[in-house]
Amino acid sequence: MPEAMGFFTDTTVCIGCKACEVACKEWNQLPAENGGVRELSGDSYDNTRRLDGIHWRHVRFIEQFKGPYDGRWLMMSDVCKHCVQAGCLEVCPTGAIIRTQFDTVVIQSDVCNGCRACIAACPFGVIDINPVSGTAQKCTLCYDRLQVGLEPACSKACPTDSIQFGAISELRTRAGKRVAQLKSQGVAAELYGADPSGPLGGLNSFYLLVDKPEVYGLPRHPELPTANLAKSGGLSMASAAVLGLLAIVGLRKRRMDEQSRGGPGNV
Amino acid sequence: MSDTFFSGAPHWTWLILLYFFVGGVAGGAAFLAAVLDWVGGAEDRPVARSGYNVAAFGAIVSGALLTIDLGRPLRFWHMLFQSANFPALMFKGWSPISFGAWGILLFGLFSVLAALGGMAEEGRLHNPTLRAVGGAVHGGVAKLVGGVAGLFGIFIAGYTGVLLSVTNRPIWADSPWLGALFVASGVSTGAAALILLAARRGATEQALARLSAFDTKALVVELLVLVVFVVSLGALNKVWVSFWGLILLVGVVALGILAPLWLHLQRRPVARAARLVLLGGFLLRLATIFASEGIEHYRVTAGM
Repeated sequence: MPEAMGFFTDTTVCIGCKACEVACKEWNQLPAENGGVRELSGDSYDNTRRLDGIHWRHVRFIEQFKGPYDGRWLMMSDVCKHCVQAGCLEVCPTGAIIRTQFDTVVIQSDVCNGCRACIAACPFGVIDINPVSGTAQKCTLCYDRLQVGLEPACSKACPTDSIQFGAISELRTRAGKRVAQLKSQGVAAELYGADPSGPLGGLNSFYLLVDKPEVYGLPRHPELPTANLAKSGGLSMASAAVLGLLAIVGLRKRRMDEQSRGGPGNV
Repeated sequence: MSDTFFSGAPHWTWLILLYFFVGGVAGGAAFLAAVLDWVGGAEDRPVARSGYNVAAFGAIVSGALLTIDLGRPLRFWHMLFQSANFPALMFKGWSPISFGAWGILLFGLFSVLAALGGMAEEGRLHNPTLRAVGGAVHGGVAKLVGGVAGLFGIFIAGYTGVLLSVTNRPIWADSPWLGALFVASGVSTGAAALILLAARRGATEQALARLSAFDTKALVVELLVLVVFVVSLGALNKVWVSFWGLILLVGVVALGILAPLWLHLQRRPVARAARLVLLGGFLLRLATIFASEGIEHYRVTAGM
């Protein structure tokens, strides 16, 4: 079995060119939004705004400005995290979401029926419906390209190597060195999702960040949706038991009354 | 800020809302019908029959709503069988949407059988095949079929809340009490539906009065669970500073729970209270679904 493959995204060298977005759209033949009619966000230079069924890559612009001469842009090319423990795969009721031999997570469009459970299950807001296919879609980590030994379109197109593709073990080593280098320069750099003992068993697409995860639109402690199952199910059963008991006692009462009066129940 | 704010909305809107409501009423009605069959007297049988009718109708409507809501409706069967490996079954015991699909199918099957049994009893079946099937569901078999329908009914009423909790969405995943709340609401609305329908199907005054007395208790349980649910949301309760909070407070608590309770205490006509309970059940699901679905539109206003 091939080694686990994935992305290491070094946000410090992202220049926001969106070449990755374009390459992803091109290779995967994703449709334009709004029939190609341009829609501006109006409050940001980023007009893509989010990941969804037709945007599998999104370069997030974080515009941190306190005044005209005091501020910075943070840029992060966001994508499916290909979680080692994937919530989408866990809840998918059709078996459309699978783990590949590269340890990546792929939605099979010919199996998905568009129930949208995976959208709510993903802690990162990665998945959405592709209005053309009517099915849930997201980054496949270019499964088709990987199968023939090519690297994914986005990382191939990235002009600054902000998106690096490779074997996860090698990427982690490389990321660790980069963090040490940045820290030695006084930059508060941290890795997000690189720890296999961390949330969701680690992410096969992990990031180097220079601010809190929330600033980049990433949850601090992402969880599997089934973390709530036992408690929620248990409380539901308890509620059903209480109501069942009330129903048995309340709806049986008349018969008991009749019995005590020597009525029909006694016959 | 809760980690649930980084997830995406699944676009579960009007069709799912209708399904949650109809499924809840049908499930609650089946549950109460089964209880009446098992512990009630002969005079309760018209109420039980009405319960199975509501359950069967609700189960069929639920299946239709869920199918229409899919992005690819013709692939609804992919939830039950492995599409690439037919007829191997598709079932995930840890995924509420997966075991829920099976739950609806089996609930539909048993509640339709129980309803046919009741219709045969009333002599309302004219089709020979249906009459034969309905005729087979009588006596001990009817009790057994009704009992299974009732168990699946209470499951259907509650699993929808569990389904919402087993996500990463704001409100839904931030409290484990939604399933319990939907169970209570399903039972109270089921009782309300029976009060309204069974009166036309030969139910006695006493049977309706007992059902109404039980609904009072179910409403108290619902109110308590609703309070616990809201408290369990903690700081997230800011989301209720919105239109959906108004619906929850006025529509669900005041109109859907407190007003029927007051009517029950005043011994006013039970039908009026029952209508309000049904309205409250619908609005409860409306508020909980849409407050999370549309949270992106008002979270800044709510200071989140």
